[in-house]
Amino acid sequence: MAAKFENSIVRWIDHRLPIFTFMHHELHEYPTPKNLNYWWNFGSLAGIALVIMLISGITLAMHYTPHVDYAFDSVERIMRDVNYGWLIRYIHMNGASFFFIVVYIHIFRGLYFGSYKAPRELLWMLGVVIMLLMMATAFMGYVLPWGQMSFWGATVITNLFSAIPVVGESIVTWLWGGFAVDNPTLNRFFSLHYLLPFVIIGVVVLHLVALHRFGSNNPLGVDIKSAKDQIPFHPYYTVKDAFGLGVFLIVFSAVVFFAPNFFGEPDNYIPANPLVTPAHIVPEWYFLPFYAILRSIPDKLGGVLFMFGSIAVLFILPWLDRSPVRSGQFRPIFKIFFWILVVDVVALTYFGGKPAEGWYVIGSRFATAYYFIHFLLVLPLLSIFETPRQLPKSISEPVLGGGAGLAGAATAPRENDR
Amino acid sequence: MADTHQGETRRDFLYIATAAVGAVGAASAVWPFVDQMNPAADVLALASIEFDTATVTEGMAVTVKWRGKPVFVRHRTPDEIEKARAVPLADLPDPAADATRALKPEQLIVVGVCTHLGCVPLGQKPSDPRGDYGGWFCPCHGSHYDTAGRIRKGPAPKNLVVPDYQYVSDTVVRIG
Repeated sequence: MAAKFENSIVRWIDHRLPIFTFMHHELHEYPTPKNLNYWWNFGSLAGIALVIMLISGITLAMHYTPHVDYAFDSVERIMRDVNYGWLIRYIHMNGASFFFIVVYIHIFRGLYFGSYKAPRELLWMLGVVIMLLMMATAFMGYVLPWGQMSFWGATVITNLFSAIPVVGESIVTWLWGGFAVDNPTLNRFFSLHYLLPFVIIGVVVLHLVALHRFGSNNPLGVDIKSAKDQIPFHPYYTVKDAFGLGVFLIVFSAVVFFAPNFFGEPDNYIPANPLVTPAHIVPEWYFLPFYAILRSIPDKLGGVLFMFGSIAVLFILPWLDRSPVRSGQFRPIFKIFFWILVVDVVALTYFGGKPAEGWYVIGSRFATAYYFIHFLLVLPLLSIFETPRQLPKSISEPVLGGGAGLAGAATAPRENDR
Repeated sequence: MADTHQGETRRDFLYIATAAVGAVGAASAVWPFVDQMNPAADVLALASIEFDTATVTEGMAVTVKWRGKPVFVRHRTPDEIEKARAVPLADLPDPAADATRALKPEQLIVVGVCTHLGCVPLGQKPSDPRGDYGGWFCPCHGSHYDTAGRIRKGPAPKNLVVPDYQYVSDTVVRIG
């Protein structure tokens, strides 16, 4: 169990606080499939994005004032007067977008390779919880600069709760601490925006505990069968993750330094005005698919239910897709529908950013319908009717051949075997 | 045997009683932390305003701020009142007769907050779009209100809210 450490101080500490044993176990002995591709980089990248957001956020909080009369000005002061304030704020602002990009790729990776299937259902559900917490955090953070989009975004989103029958209005008043979005709202949003990232850390720890119970899924979706199928996480995946991090940081820096307002809305540089709604309210891009679903339903309560339903459906996904084959690589029909879903979500993002009129409304209705049809109809039916391709016997087999000598290195031999 | 059994029952009762008292105690300790988020006394104190409607001439509309929200005061033309009265109630998503919408038919006073998701509808300025029914149009999600502030088309479920108000003199109105 306990690893042998050469350094006597490390041994002394480890005997009393087995932190080195823990690290050795989770990083070195931890069996990792040897065939993970670059889509598997996005888990650790998400963790790093969280750390970037924490560091930049805590720094910004040292200069920010959560009061309706000072919030906008304090952010402008950060941008103009605070040393490197512009850099830290642009890191935090764009960091949110990149965090969502990374997490969305991570989620679609899981969707394609069946990472939500047994025995990883709880791992997946914890991931959905993290996404929900991220959304709440991002939403409240966007309110803090107290620009026009901050104010009206807060108004529209908190008003979603007024759709709840009977108690809706009281809940909204309770959320606001008044009769409109105002100073009490800003204060509590700041408090919660500071708190929730630490809650996210807690759920991330659970996510990792659940991950390390059975280890990573892999592109073939077959379990590790023998020592031949695995390599230690460190140094093999630490170095691969580090390379991915380098690429990520190049792209991130390019945006932070050369297009820092690319993801933003110009209207948010206008101070909040409770008496004038901007002509075209849009949430941040990462909320657009859900916003499109909300608007596509011509009924207030219905829209809210469908919007939350679009995430709720992810919670029960492990029980909707009953196909025993994890990886989409071996599911010819699933693969087609997977890409339709990707296009569908991109379309929802597009419609969510357009005004609710004309054929945009019709388009977003079709896209919303397909989103739910995919999860509630297509996946359950595919589990019954689809004939998956032959799975390899092990992770090593497609590469090393199932004892049949040199079967070729590419993907083709998989089908010939067995 | 029966004795032991009786002892267990008494112990069970103690467990349940302790847990119940503990739960009540915990719930009453939680309540202040929930209720602190409701509107504070100073917020509630700003609850009413007075406004002189004589400054609003026929065809004109004015926005005043009440409880942090805009309130629309519109002096309706006879034509607008006529249009609002001509609509059969069955055609309305949230039926309300025009007579119930205003104390004085020519002075329409409604809270200028869309009942969908809380945006401020357009239609106060002459240059604003007023929607298909000549009242207000909410740009956020496309709700159309008529000349009595009633919802006619779009996702909003309810008419614009008529706040509690009374005339303290011939022209001065107290809202709230």
